[in-house]
Amino acid sequence: MLEIIKSVPIDYYVYLSSILFCIGVFGVLIRRNAIVVLMCIELMLNAVNLLLAAFSTYLSDGQGQIMVFFIMVVAAAEAAVGLGILVMIYRNTKSTDISFLDKIRN
Amino acid sequence: MTLAIFLTLAVVSVFFSLMMVFTKNPIHSVLYLILTFFSIAAHYILLNAQFLAVVHIIVYAGAIMVLFLFVLMLLNLNKDTEPQKSVGWKFAAAIAAGLLLLTFLGALKGTIQLQQVANADPAVGLVKNLGTVLFRDFVVPFEIAGILFLAAMVGAVLVGKRDLKI
Repeated sequence: MLEIIKSVPIDYYVYLSSILFCIGVFGVLIRRNAIVVLMCIELMLNAVNLLLAAFSTYLSDGQGQIMVFFIMVVAAAEAAVGLGILVMIYRNTKSTDISFLDKIRN
Repeated sequence: MTLAIFLTLAVVSVFFSLMMVFTKNPIHSVLYLILTFFSIAAHYILLNAQFLAVVHIIVYAGAIMVLFLFVLMLLNLNKDTEPQKSVGWKFAAAIAAGLLLLTFLGALKGTIQLQQVANADPAVGLVKNLGTVLFRDFVVPFEIAGILFLAAMVGAVLVGKRDLKI
């Protein structure tokens, strides 16, 4: 029996992950630099990863941790493609301000 | 003791992620996010998921955040060029995120009735066990992840090319 299962209720991990996820949402809403917005998305993915790992340990089942690996794969691919798109946008507009991209609509 | 370590790590990760959101300079944001990732890796070690902790540090702190830092320095963005949102927008964002948190906490409070596993296996997060699960139950998703990486790599190279002639 692991020490953590006895002394820390699973609820605490749920609350911690919710708080980290909401900080990520808040960052996406208040920052205008597109690179920082991508970083806040990474933080949201990490909050979910932490919760998956916690449930995996508490239920003594390895499948949750495998799901964390797949989320890491998606995060790495997303970061590579997203940053590539951002560099292209910067080359054309000389800025990474997301509100500048409103012009795409017209 | 474990509870104290958990609470300390939780406070550290929340503090660094808040600093990441509120810092004006994007470079400092990246560094605070790396510290947040290290505290999450410490959480993984506390959960006895050692392999996950090592992979997390290698992939996030070692690869993804270096990529972010590299792009930030390549584009030469600093505090002077950092665009700011208006105060009203920030206030609205704080209310929206706070309401989302309230919804999460209200919906999840007291609803988790976890069946406590009687003989929990402490070795569930070790490489041997995870490798067995990955290559027995998740072979097809594993291969699809490889294809996804290939597609992402080709896409990133194509997007990054300066003058593309198709």
